[in-house]
Amino acid sequence: MSLLRAKDLGKAYRTYRSEWQRIGRWLGIKSAPREEHWVLQHINFEINAGEAIGIVGQNGAGKSTLLKMLTGTLQPTTGSVEVHGRIAAILELGMGFNPELTGRQNVYHAAGLMGFTTQQIDEVMGEIEAFAEVGEYFDQAVRTYSSGMQMRVAFAVATAKRPEILIVDEALSVGDSYFQHKSFDRIREFQDQGTTLLIVSHDRSSIQALCDRVLLIEGGTVIKDGAPEEVMDFYNAIISEKENATVQVHKLADGSVQTRSGSGEATIESLALYNELDAPVEFVSVGQSLSLKIKISVNSPIPELVVGYMIKDRLGQPIYGTNTHHLDKKMGALEGGTQLEYVFRFDANIGVGSYSIAVALHTADTHLNANYEWRDLALVFNVINADKIPFVGSAWIQPTVECSQ
Amino acid sequence: MFGLLRGLYSYRSFIGTSIRNEFVSRFSRSSLGGLWMIINPLANVLIYALILSNVLAAKLPGIENKYAYALYLMAGTLAWSLFSEIINRCLTLFIENGNLMKKMRFPRITLPFIVLGSALLNNLLLLLSVLAVFICLGQWPTWEMLWAIPLILIVAALAVGLGLILGVLNVFVRDIGQVIPIVLQILFWFTPIVYPINIIPEDLKSLIAWNPMYPIVTAYHDVFVYNVAPDFSQIGITVLITCLLLGFGLYIFRRAAPEMVDAL
Repeated sequence: MSLLRAKDLGKAYRTYRSEWQRIGRWLGIKSAPREEHWVLQHINFEINAGEAIGIVGQNGAGKSTLLKMLTGTLQPTTGSVEVHGRIAAILELGMGFNPELTGRQNVYHAAGLMGFTTQQIDEVMGEIEAFAEVGEYFDQAVRTYSSGMQMRVAFAVATAKRPEILIVDEALSVGDSYFQHKSFDRIREFQDQGTTLLIVSHDRSSIQALCDRVLLIEGGTVIKDGAPEEVMDFYNAIISEKENATVQVHKLADGSVQTRSGSGEATIESLALYNELDAPVEFVSVGQSLSLKIKISVNSPIPELVVGYMIKDRLGQPIYGTNTHHLDKKMGALEGGTQLEYVFRFDANIGVGSYSIAVALHTADTHLNANYEWRDLALVFNVINADKIPFVGSAWIQPTVECSQ
Repeated sequence: MFGLLRGLYSYRSFIGTSIRNEFVSRFSRSSLGGLWMIINPLANVLIYALILSNVLAAKLPGIENKYAYALYLMAGTLAWSLFSEIINRCLTLFIENGNLMKKMRFPRITLPFIVLGSALLNNLLLLLSVLAVFICLGQWPTWEMLWAIPLILIVAALAVGLGLILGVLNVFVRDIGQVIPIVLQILFWFTPIVYPINIIPEDLKSLIAWNPMYPIVTAYHDVFVYNVAPDFSQIGITVLITCLLLGFGLYIFRRAAPEMVDAL
């Protein structure tokens, strides 16, 4: 059974020639709005118990409007939202907090706002106090709190009881990193117990860490609904398209998206990853010796050429990157028509997972000065653990172990 | 309608803590704290009683108390302050709580009830201060004063009904928030609070009869100053108006509630 179903959901903001016309409509006087501005239209999706859904989209795409309609604060213009179970929404932490009151008093108030009775709040008060970890400040006025402490208390109240559906709007960066971990853990715990998550965030890593499905909203409707990686790549493509018109976006055979930019004096002709036997590889075992071969053609004279590459993990976090400037192998002035081949040899001492390589041709030590070509996701490879001891993490740091008694 | 009541019931502790928090936060950093809740109205009442009654030392017909005018003034003020406090707060209620209404799901009908609760509490304190001053002036409480209880409820209901309508309209037409304080001022002077009704010229008396607060204030005078039961035929009309306004207010509120968040 679906926990939440949005059926042909739409929201229009109406403007009238005069607000009195709007008021007249409540009294049964018919009048047509002068203008209808549709923010969202034809939104259809279903969410099942235990799913974790991310909602992404650019600013103004309608994410917050959608969340407000799902939460029930905003009335949809068309369609309906069916909800089975209690919804807790963290659209803004610390809503309704009064700075003059103590943390404890504010907890009573905020929990009351969520519909709990005093008795129910009393039951969970100890837990909230323990989770917030603000110590003796809990009984002092909130105006003396740091903003992080206030967020801690607010998050502790908002998640005091496990809801069937938890809606979170960009609120995951709560307080310091210790508390961020703690709040993530709590959200995951809820998820394990069957809570459905709905998260709006621009943070790719938190979306990919928590969600198993992502909805991409663009132009007021859901344009993509699928696995996180696929949707996020598509989303990034849309963003870079907007940011820079010269950026080329290629869809690769596996559906992922590659972006290129640059002035084009030197271009990457080909690049590939080879194993010890000089055969191209896509699957790499941990610790395997690899060579990254990059063929470059210089199209017009350039004063200097530096070639750099960066290995990124599944979430786009850099794992390792360097360039020929640091490797002391940069080329001086080059004539147009020159062909070059670079071979970078390294051992894949990285953990199991999917990685991508970005390559850049530029001058000096960064691509910020002159950027001939920059290619994201130029190459994707997978690392598998074929012959090493089992381990976790993104680095292969083989230990030896000794035990003495 | 039933949904409104259920929402109110399940959010009763929220209403309770909201009212309490309002008072707590108002006095939280003052050394006298809650005592100000008494001092403020008491000072007001004393000013009326001692200064105004000496300046405007008019004798009221049928009353031999030296401070009759002070009693008269206090009784009227008691009614008016409740009325104007509720209206003024309802007027900006939804605008002030706009962000809350956008971000949290809760029965919005609780908001006017929080106003109602705290205004009633304020008024109760004012009533106690007034009674204390009454005693000092030699006017002991009488059984007739128990009529104040239904009267207070009628004033509150009237003000909530009117306030609800104005508060909702103010979300969409902000001029209302500017106009109403002026209208309230006019209405105040069109209600016999600082002057006795008999100084009004005959041709204006028919006009004042349209003022729904007039029968109420008169009833307050009857109860507190003249110590007689109020005139029910007069109040009956106000009760009828109150019921109509309250019903209309709730209707408007229900119709407007979905669109209110759009406009905030």
